[in-house]
Amino acid sequence: MWEYTDKVQEHFLNPRNVGEVENASGTGDVGSLACGDALKLTIKVDEKGIITEAKFKTFGCASAIASSSALTEMVKGMSLEEAEKITNEDIADFLGGLPKEKMHCSVMGREALEAAIADYRGLVLPMAEGEVICECFGVTDLEVRRAIQESNLRSVEEITNFTKAGGGCGKCEDKLRAILQEVVSGTVLSPVQFPKPRRMTALQKIKKIEEVLEREVRPGLRKDGGDIELIDVDGDFVTVSLRGACKSCAKSQTTIKEYVEAKLRELVLETLIVEEANS
Amino acid sequence: MSMVKENVVYMDNNATTRVAPEVVSEMMPYLTDFYGNPSSMHTFGGQVGQALKTARKRVADLLGADPEEITFTSCGTESDSTAILSALQAYPDKRHIITTRVEHPAVKNLCDTLDTLTGHKHRITRLKVDPEGMLNLEEYEAALSEDTAIVSVMWANNETGVIFPIAEMARMAKERGILFHTDAVQAVGKIPINLKELDVDFLSLSGHKLHAPKGVGVLYVKRGTIFTPFLTGGHQERGRRGGTENVASIVGLGQACLLVAEKMTEENTRVKMLRDKLEDGLLATVPKSLLNGHKTERLPNTCNISFEYVEGEAILLHMNKHNICASSGSACTSGSLEPSHVLRAMGVPFTAAHGSIRFSLSIYNTEEEIDFVLEKMPAIIESLRQMSPFWPGD
Repeated sequence: MWEYTDKVQEHFLNPRNVGEVENASGTGDVGSLACGDALKLTIKVDEKGIITEAKFKTFGCASAIASSSALTEMVKGMSLEEAEKITNEDIADFLGGLPKEKMHCSVMGREALEAAIADYRGLVLPMAEGEVICECFGVTDLEVRRAIQESNLRSVEEITNFTKAGGGCGKCEDKLRAILQEVVSGTVLSPVQFPKPRRMTALQKIKKIEEVLEREVRPGLRKDGGDIELIDVDGDFVTVSLRGACKSCAKSQTTIKEYVEAKLRELVLETLIVEEANS
Repeated sequence: MSMVKENVVYMDNNATTRVAPEVVSEMMPYLTDFYGNPSSMHTFGGQVGQALKTARKRVADLLGADPEEITFTSCGTESDSTAILSALQAYPDKRHIITTRVEHPAVKNLCDTLDTLTGHKHRITRLKVDPEGMLNLEEYEAALSEDTAIVSVMWANNETGVIFPIAEMARMAKERGILFHTDAVQAVGKIPINLKELDVDFLSLSGHKLHAPKGVGVLYVKRGTIFTPFLTGGHQERGRRGGTENVASIVGLGQACLLVAEKMTEENTRVKMLRDKLEDGLLATVPKSLLNGHKTERLPNTCNISFEYVEGEAILLHMNKHNICASSGSACTSGSLEPSHVLRAMGVPFTAAHGSIRFSLSIYNTEEEIDFVLEKMPAIIESLRQMSPFWPGD
């Protein structure tokens, strides 16, 4: 059973603004029956550019319906410029939060709003123009990139929770990992380098990384008068800090990538990316 | 957290069942006074061994088996894994397995990971089902080969209740010297089973699906079948399953087997009648609703209906408001993003798969409860459809 906040349940059981605005100024249609959720948002915009009316029709689970209801409440009375600034996080916050597996419901709300505004302005929605990465749910690279940046995503699992990409057949996981790497550290990696990862909880991952550092990495570094400290593990990104002689060593970057990262990838998870903490 | 108990209309018995009160009272002494280890030499422990013996006999009687053919496990999943992995060890040169596309994850996901588990490459044939969820025996016959180590086919499907022709399929395997396993977790207690007359080598069952507690299961192994334990350890279960026995639950399972044997007729008359009333009523009062699964080749307690253009989780949460408990094959309820693999294998269209609801009854359901559900459901579906962008209107 999902843990929905009271506000999610309340908006689900008593949704606001259900229906379609008559002679709508803009319509946003996102999702599909096949995907399991879809939202049709219609808005009325007055001559001053204020959204005076917003209604929705949603096919989907409780959080999809609650997110749609919340969205219509939020945008009513806003100018288009204000409405454009609404993010999926804002929708989730309005509802007191959503389970992480359901964040894509809030993303759907935001996308419908963008689509409705674009429709009003007679523009083509930029997000739809990207390259489709996830065939199952029709998610483009632009949508994935934006979700990674805006919601600070750090693993493929999180990308799936937010965009649904990778949640079907899973064939695009390597591509998603490459985009993640590219957005987060600004380097391009060929997706074929990555074998399928094992699923681990964050705690398991941290324990395993600590173990490997202690057993496999530290003895080698200590021989040279250095040491290493684990600073943070965030999704696939492992932040470490070199100590002692390693700190000032000109080869520290090589040590991290070719020694530490290689060991962690071999013994913990093939997808880990090790970075040095900013000193 | 406050617990919900009163006035619950429980129609999710394929998920788990109420522990029968007579099962609880049979178990209690083994949770209190008689805590001895059945393996002990002293009388205090030894008498507990006698209780296990009685339970084993009761399970065997329900299945038409001998007590020595019954091994207690921790759950249906353990029984499934034990059977399949044992067969692969019995025939290390055979690398082919036949199963179906609609198996429970206990078998489905085990087959998916076998190569990693065993270190060998296996060929898995997953038999197709038709739109009513039925297998094609010609496809099955053609798949049986000299390389086949084991066939694993569920007796009845957990989502639709569709019953597979296990007697015939087991015979076809036996004729070719191939081991046959059936996951009968949903079938045991609901339809008569007599293993003496069948060529089934392994059968799995789970206590909590038949009014015993969670955490106890059984693996039936036909006499003379080569067997390798899954859990090695002590000499419990005649060396077939190490680990101190879950005495109270095993005793409870024995009692539950007596109960379901006694209620088998009621299950197939009164419960079936209630199920049919619910099903016919829903199909008649809710437009664009359709039955998933074969109309007659089906468990007497299960009914899986799709309500087109609406989503299962939303339906369930509205039902929840009235304390009606059921399940859905929709993506949002599964924890994945795709709807039930069973409905997809049957070719149920997406418009319907996302809106599927499974009602599974038991001997504890009443006609008043059926009437209550029939009263509430049409309005729930209607309100969600009014909200759905795909609903074409009445």
